[in-house]
Amino acid sequence: MNYKMMGRFNALILAIEGVFMLPALIICLVGREYSVAMAFVYSMLITLGISLVLFLLTRKAKKDFFASEGLVCVGLSWIVMSLTGCLPFFLSGQIPSFVDALFETVSGFTTTGASILSEVEHLSKGILYWRSFTNWLGGMGVLVFLLAIVPVGGKNEGFTMHLLRAESPGPSVGKLVPKMRKTASILYLTYIVLTVGDILFLLFGGMSVFDAVCTAMSTAGTGGFGVRNDSIASFSPYIQWVCTVFMLLFGVNFSLYYLILLGQVKAVFKSEELRLYLGIVIGSVAMITLNISHAFQSVGEAIRQAGFQVASILTTTGFSTVDYETWPTFSRSILFVLMLIGGCAGSTSGGLKIMRVLMLIKATGRNIGQILHPNKVRKIRIDGQVVDEKTLVNTSFYFFAYMALIFISFLILSLDTPSLLSDLSAVVACVNNIGPGLEMVGPTGNYGSYSILSKLVLIFDMLAGRLELFPMLVLFSKSAWVRRA
Amino acid sequence: MRIIIAGTGMVGSTFAEQLSLEKKYDLVLIDNDGEVLEEVIDRLDVMAVKGNSASVEVLKQAGVNQAKILIAATDSDEVNLLCCMTAHALNPSLHTIARIRNPEYADQVYSMREIFGISMLFNPEKQAAEEIERLLRYPALLKRDSFVNGKLEIVELKVVKGSPLCSVSLSHLNMIVKCRVLVCAIVRDGACFVPGGNFVIKEGDKLFVTAPANTLSVLIRNLGISKHRSRRVTIVGGSTVAYYLADLLTKDNVEVQIIERDEERAAEMAELLPKAVVLCGDALERSLLERAGIKDADALISLTKEDEVNMVLSLYGNSFSVPQIITKLDRVEDHKIIDSIPMGTVVYPRKLCSSNIVRYVRALYNQTGAATAIHTIADDQAEAIEFVVDSTTQNRGIPLKNIKIKENVLICAIGRGARIEIPNGDSSFEEGDTVVIVSVRDEVIMSLNDIFH
Repeated sequence: MNYKMMGRFNALILAIEGVFMLPALIICLVGREYSVAMAFVYSMLITLGISLVLFLLTRKAKKDFFASEGLVCVGLSWIVMSLTGCLPFFLSGQIPSFVDALFETVSGFTTTGASILSEVEHLSKGILYWRSFTNWLGGMGVLVFLLAIVPVGGKNEGFTMHLLRAESPGPSVGKLVPKMRKTASILYLTYIVLTVGDILFLLFGGMSVFDAVCTAMSTAGTGGFGVRNDSIASFSPYIQWVCTVFMLLFGVNFSLYYLILLGQVKAVFKSEELRLYLGIVIGSVAMITLNISHAFQSVGEAIRQAGFQVASILTTTGFSTVDYETWPTFSRSILFVLMLIGGCAGSTSGGLKIMRVLMLIKATGRNIGQILHPNKVRKIRIDGQVVDEKTLVNTSFYFFAYMALIFISFLILSLDTPSLLSDLSAVVACVNNIGPGLEMVGPTGNYGSYSILSKLVLIFDMLAGRLELFPMLVLFSKSAWVRRA
Repeated sequence: MRIIIAGTGMVGSTFAEQLSLEKKYDLVLIDNDGEVLEEVIDRLDVMAVKGNSASVEVLKQAGVNQAKILIAATDSDEVNLLCCMTAHALNPSLHTIARIRNPEYADQVYSMREIFGISMLFNPEKQAAEEIERLLRYPALLKRDSFVNGKLEIVELKVVKGSPLCSVSLSHLNMIVKCRVLVCAIVRDGACFVPGGNFVIKEGDKLFVTAPANTLSVLIRNLGISKHRSRRVTIVGGSTVAYYLADLLTKDNVEVQIIERDEERAAEMAELLPKAVVLCGDALERSLLERAGIKDADALISLTKEDEVNMVLSLYGNSFSVPQIITKLDRVEDHKIIDSIPMGTVVYPRKLCSSNIVRYVRALYNQTGAATAIHTIADDQAEAIEFVVDSTTQNRGIPLKNIKIKENVLICAIGRGARIEIPNGDSSFEEGDTVVIVSVRDEVIMSLNDIFH
């Protein structure tokens, strides 16, 4: 394990984070929130200070860096980033408890959007901006950002692949173009263009600039930190539709946008994952609309509410326009199932990912066929390409680890005992980076009442969910902490 | 610039490694074997496509339309040809390079180039054979690289105990060797540097000496390492390299003996090489080597498929005090280990052709002023590059002492007409000159103007 090189990466990440606190500081100064501004100044000084110290300590780092280092480095850097990212909340006194501040930050970076706050409107503008910004940065990933701007030299440049793989969601992560740096740049450019598009549409609907920027950043990362206590509910139907559409757009595999850019529109609509994704959206909206239509004045409104909630939960954003706790059980059950699925691989959303669901469905179908005809040899294809047996096995293991994480966390959380469903949905909402769950942690509730132990467990769940388990789980492996393999 | 490499075997992956070092190209690799590809992706910043490299679908996936160069280096000559032809049909402006190694095609390669529209063919096995043949001509040298149409050589010499070069400073070197030579690079304890005039040579150093080709024999004689040319050669292993080498040597009336373990292959070699003596047996049995008369051989060349076997065979040769030993290695490349084992000159077939490919790629990358020859020297730590001075070259006509040249770059020779000059401070470049420089590999020298500060 090359700890020095890992330190160097963390130094770079902290430097980026420190610099990104600057806009929040400026917003504080413009809004004359001087005490919060000081909190940002201190946070920046601490973050950049640690970065500098790490940098000086790791000047002589050797450049050999392999898969194992990459994996451990990703896990560590997200923890380090969260620990410093929570300083503005904590130092400004807006969130007095450190664990709460950490929870809020991790929830931001992992694009969960679960909050311990019941009141957000009284928060300072700078803090609100920083909350939404953590959503945005965490959405595409800070290491991907690092890969886009910093040339990482050395002979074994291939290790950057592990960083991309570890931070980008999906069972098989590939490059769009041969050069890693260009791939990362394309991803971020697409991300920025879509975000700016969202901002423009929101501005057109009469949102204030600040609200539009924050809302768009939260949407882009599929995070879900709103600027109002009731999330998006009090905004106009137009804005709710804009949010619905953009949430769905950010839940699509970003490589499809690159294909559109290359003019291969046909290939995009042939993507089985996209088809299943849209199918799930349309099917769920239709079922929920039928189920809840009696409660609304018009079918149009029912469709809007159903569409928004489905998009928000499936893409793991976690905005809400309505308290779905009042909906019939069938609709809530659909939302709960959607929580487990998540968006497409290679998007900014969390969850199990449509791609994995697709693979597992096909593999299960094949295995049932093989029980009847044991000699039958069949390969699983997605988009016409044969899926490696190894990928299938990995996906099954991933599914098990994912379920195991949910159940173990659920057991620990139930020590708190608000209610069975609250605990289960809290864990599911955190592991899948959604935000709101059901009952106590539903759209009108928050996570403030959980004990410190439960919050720490949920913090871990959010990180594990965002990084697709293994970068966090390897931190518990003994071989991550010894010099030799 | 996008470069597609089809086939990531030993040769293909060496190209990928070499080219990715320069960081300027977008590399896409194609292979049938997903596991091999995964291993390469984890190591290098490249993209990979799995599939048959001669299929249109796969080539399109690899972005053949945006590519500038395609290098076909799969195991099969036929696939390589088909791959190049298919790719060329998809993208007529593509430069294609194919590996063709079957001796049966050897005579038709030039016509193949025209018929199939292939820009360049390479044959690692044949190149290795030619390299070994050149080494056999001057048994005292570890390695020879020719420049300026063979008029200039950069040779590798190891300073052994008792050599007249021990504790001699470079400024006094010319008095010992009594001809104009220049030491352009030195490897000491695994590190390579360009030495200054007051550098003192020590035992164990590896010197890279630039000398006009016609002074080579004077140099060797005055160093007291003169050996007569190898006339009795024993080759172990009936590989393709062995065939090409034996063919070259027998044409030159050298006595060639080939030892091959496999009966069928031995028979095949005997059929292909009527003038050579083919023995069937395991050369690792000492007695077989002795019976074959290894003690009277001038040279032992180990060309079996396995590196380990080749290394042991060369150690045998050493214990029989065979005057010249040449070892072919495919995988092992740790120079420290190789230097510590007395196994003579080491030849790496896959690396020999990669410098030609690198030269071709660089030439396409910067159309003007590209190198006319590139050789890797000093355990891969330095490059010797030949350029032609043209009208775009800066600092023409100015004495070298007035030009600021980058550190770690040395001008070794200037060829003007039929003359080769080892330059001093008063020398200068003129249009049409051929210039050979050595650069220690920190940065890539793409054109002659890159050497100026």
